[in-house]
Formats: sequence, structure tokens, C-alpha cells
Amino acid sequence: MAEKGVGCARPTGAVVGEKAPERGAEGKEMHEREEKTMVTVKVGGKAPDFEAPAYYKGEFTSVKLSDHLGKWVILCFYPGDFTFV
Amino acid sequence: MSAVADKYSEFQKLGVDIISVSVDSQFVHKVWNDEELSKMVEGGIPFPMVSDAGGHLGRAYGVYDEASGVNFRGRFIIDPDGVVQAMEMLTPPVGRKVEESIRQVKAFQHVRKTKGSEAMPSGWEPGKPTLKPGPDLVGKVWKVWKP
Repeated sequence: MAEKGVGCARPTGAVVGEKAPERGAEGKEMHEREEKTMVTVKVGGKAPDFEAPAYYKGEFTSVKLSDHLGKWVILCFYPGDFTFV
Repeated sequence: MSAVADKYSEFQKLGVDIISVSVDSQFVHKVWNDEELSKMVEGGIPFPMVSDAGGHLGRAYGVYDEASGVNFRGRFIIDPDGVVQAMEMLTPPVGRKVEESIRQVKAFQHVRKTKGSEAMPSGWEPGKPTLKPGPDLVGKVWKVWKP
């Protein structure tokens, strides 16, 4: 089975369409940006960008939200696999 | 997720990409899809199932629950410019209604098509009258719309 670009799930620290901030020493800057992004998700504002591993059509792959710019996107969070609702 | 997958063709017609996210690994997603969901929806889940181990994405979107270590049900409609047009959040025991997401996407697409010159009143469905905000409408909504 193909497995490509699989890392861990991380917000890039920027909103979609914006360049991610450079990682500072020990990724500190990145972390601070991440915390900042956290509180700014709101309707009418740009979506926080992220890159994360995914399962898609039989393959393990990587999803980057900003790759979907130009399309409508529904982003759906749910508590867990094998739950009933 | 199977409810969303069931309506996938409708989302495709509207040009909507779907991305689902939970804290489960991509390996668990695979097993859930292959062993269960593919038996509910023909062909299995047709969109990427993202793994948010650690809840970093959930935190960025304000849906991660530190106490239980999972993401609440959060649904975000993001337009082609990357702007969040709608969000909905529910605690775990209550499921979403997919048709409501479709209705909202259609409404936001209509707003975008008319460059904001038309607005959708409460309960709007495609085909129903829209409102054209402006000085003439102030105090006169009753003439064109009733609950």
C-alpha cells in the first residue's frame, strides 16, 4: 500500500493562502503562532491552514487545507471512529 | 460520516470538497472504512479521513475537548477564498443533519454568485425568494417575507 508524505497533524500556523511562519529555535515561534491561530477561528475570517495524514481511497496520504483553495470545503470534526452517531 | 458520504454526490454537484477529521489514526480510519462504513455506503468513504492525533487541528478550530481528548462535532463551511462562512458545534451525543449543511452551502453560493446583493432570510431554501438589502427594504421586510 502506498504511503506518502505522512507526518503528524499540524496547523501550519498561518491561515489558508498565507505563508507559514518560519520555525524559530526549537519551533518556539511556530508554537506561539499556533496558540494565536487557535483563538482566531471565526466566521468571516480565514480558516487556519493545516497539513495532516489521512486515509483516502485505499491509500495513506497527506491533506493540506490550502490545496483546496478555489473550491468550497466542508471540514467535519467528529469525536471518534466506531461511534454510533 | 456515513450520512455525509451518502450525500456525497450532492456535495460534488455543488463543487464541495469534504474533509473529515478525528483524533483516530489513519490506520483506524482504514479499518473503520473497510470493515464497517463500506458496508453502509457503497464504495466506502469517498473523501479524505484526516487523523488529528493530539488534537492540534481541533485546537486550532476550537473544537478540541481537553477533558475527553477528542474533537467535538464541529462543521465548518469554507469558501473558495478560504474564508469560514459557517460553523456549527455539537457535543457528542447528538448527530448533525446533512441536509442543513447542503442548504447552507447553497445559500452561501447564492450570496457569492450575486456578489452579496441578495440575502437569504430565515428558513430559505433554493427557489424561495431572497431579500435585496437596501434603503427600500428597511421596515418593509413584512411585505416580502413572513415566518
